[in-house]
Amino acid sequence: MTAEARHETAGERLAGLLLAPVRWGMNLIDRPMTWLQRRLGLGGVAAAFLAPNLLVFGIFVLFPMMLNVAYSFTGGGALFLNNRVFVGTLQYETLLSCRDFLDASSCREDRFWRAVGNTGFFVIVQVAALVLISLATALVLNREMRARGFWRAVFFFPVLLSPVVVALIWKWILQRNGLLNAVLVELSFEPTLWLVNRGWAMFWAIFLSIWAHLGFYTLILLAGLQAIPRELYEAAEMDGAPSWRVLTRITLPLLWPNLVVVILLALIRAVQVFDEVFVLTGGGPGTATLFLVQYIYETGLAQQVRNLGLASAASILMAAVLIVLTLVQLLASAWRERKEQR
Amino acid sequence: MSGIATFLTRRRGGASWHFTDVLAWIWLLAGLLLMFGPVVWLGLSSFKTRAALSEFPPTLLPYETSVVEVEGFDEPLPLYRVKTEDGEERLLVQVRRIGTVAQMADPEAPDEIIRVPLVAREPVREVRLATENYSTPFERYNFLRYFYNSVFVTVVATIITLIFNSMAAFALSKYQFKGRTAVLAVILATLMVPLSVIIVPLFSVINGLNLFNSLWGVILPTVATPTGVFLLRQYMLTIPDELLEAARMDHASEWKIYWRIVLPLAMPAVAVLAIFSVMWRWNDFLWPLIVLSDQELYTLQVGLNSFQGELNVQWHYVLAMTVVSMLPVVVIFAFLQRFITSGIASTGIK
Repeated sequence: MTAEARHETAGERLAGLLLAPVRWGMNLIDRPMTWLQRRLGLGGVAAAFLAPNLLVFGIFVLFPMMLNVAYSFTGGGALFLNNRVFVGTLQYETLLSCRDFLDASSCREDRFWRAVGNTGFFVIVQVAALVLISLATALVLNREMRARGFWRAVFFFPVLLSPVVVALIWKWILQRNGLLNAVLVELSFEPTLWLVNRGWAMFWAIFLSIWAHLGFYTLILLAGLQAIPRELYEAAEMDGAPSWRVLTRITLPLLWPNLVVVILLALIRAVQVFDEVFVLTGGGPGTATLFLVQYIYETGLAQQVRNLGLASAASILMAAVLIVLTLVQLLASAWRERKEQR
Repeated sequence: MSGIATFLTRRRGGASWHFTDVLAWIWLLAGLLLMFGPVVWLGLSSFKTRAALSEFPPTLLPYETSVVEVEGFDEPLPLYRVKTEDGEERLLVQVRRIGTVAQMADPEAPDEIIRVPLVAREPVREVRLATENYSTPFERYNFLRYFYNSVFVTVVATIITLIFNSMAAFALSKYQFKGRTAVLAVILATLMVPLSVIIVPLFSVINGLNLFNSLWGVILPTVATPTGVFLLRQYMLTIPDELLEAARMDHASEWKIYWRIVLPLAMPAVAVLAIFSVMWRWNDFLWPLIVLSDQELYTLQVGLNSFQGELNVQWHYVLAMTVVSMLPVVVIFAFLQRFITSGIASTGIK
């Protein structure tokens, strides 16, 4: 043992005690792994190292992915695939049969189209507002100021809260006797039933998801802003360029690669909007805040009569959108890295 | 004219205020109010009694009507400040209330009943923290169980995640083997398949494996995080291969090289993944909601949601339990803020 070991602190000793079973377990695995190494060589060891993670991937991600496609072509109420009836593209036809695609009530599966419409509206408004607000916040936080760490934390911390907590915090403020109505009455406005009004419910759904995720995008943009060379700003200042010109000619063009990544990430997340809104409104009033994931969840799993085929078909359609967005996002990330290296 | 323009645009070094400074401060203060305000309000409200919570307009601090023990009455009686007709102020307790008139009495002489109209009195109130909001849900409802389940899921899932992901990352960064690119591509592809897309087939897989309504059904599907593998692999690529070669010369087995050399050296990345994993699993909602149907097995998030969804919402308990379920995350953030923010900024994961 080295000299340092004799001066271990109480914390280190506790950590050592806690790690003792781990160490014991790790030593136990050494035997079979050594045996494997002797029998199969390094390639076999690599496979053994990959196996646990890939096994979990395979069982809980890859296999369900393929199963999802299979489910979407079957019907009936059975849970397992071997008991289900092949129905061809019937589920897709059900989802997509509409007399008028702009009017959800003319569709056979009108809840699906309402969910699609709500999600589309949500995605456009939420992403636009979220990116603009994150950008403004990042620009403000990038200024020279005191206690920048504190201010960054102020905007960031909701990112870490669970969706249930976020929803309950705001549900409490928005309820009939809540803080918001109290403030409105104080300012002699009419109190409003925020979550009972269709338009307001959608507004608060969007507001809530911006509130919860704003800090994440701000942080990425802030990192991008800090990577812009200072000399550019100093040169602009020497030339006496007005600040809006600095913004449009230096900051935004150089931030553009980061902005693209942020927009795409926000789009991918927004398409999957579910938990905060589900806890806040439950999709209501009526179907005013019913989104795609909730439709899939309710159709496939939460209803009295589960319609797994229909839910699978809906999730395949959603996955198609997400895969396109993710591919574009990966391309954009690669493009950003190339730009940064230059 | 140009003098004014230079005056307006002058900033660093000079003490003058530019309009963007004003805008920035407005933005920051509005942010402080909007981001922190609701959480502070949650904290304050969670210490109010049920009666105080139903008040409108609400008070800022948790007040409670003072009560006094009075001879001849079993229960303590609420204390009021009463303006009598001759303009004098007295402290009286309320014995009974009939319509708009209260029968009140002097706590010193409780036999003499004084009739007071309700408008002429005001309760005497004192600040008191209703800590029973926190203790009762643990004693009378299932919250201790929910809390335990959440801790179990979080700890076990994080440990398995760290081991599985670091093993895979080790193989992908330190070995040359056929199909390495293919494996990387598969893992990359799974990034595109968020859980929300495969809930239906995953549900039947879980049922097929007999993991429905079991905490292991919540844990297992989440442990092979692609982001974790990537984070660790990127870090392990920076560990020089010469170290491994030297160990091999000393006849160390590959497993020993992994957990005695590479894993300790990758600790900074492992720590970041551990922090993220703890937050992911603690905050998970959709998946536990699907897998767990037995109340006894609910995690804190699912239990909280079902508790707040009841017909007659007991807000005093809901608010206190909301605080409890956000406490671990707040503590982690307070101590490890720098790890979290730099982790997000460098990897773009959440």
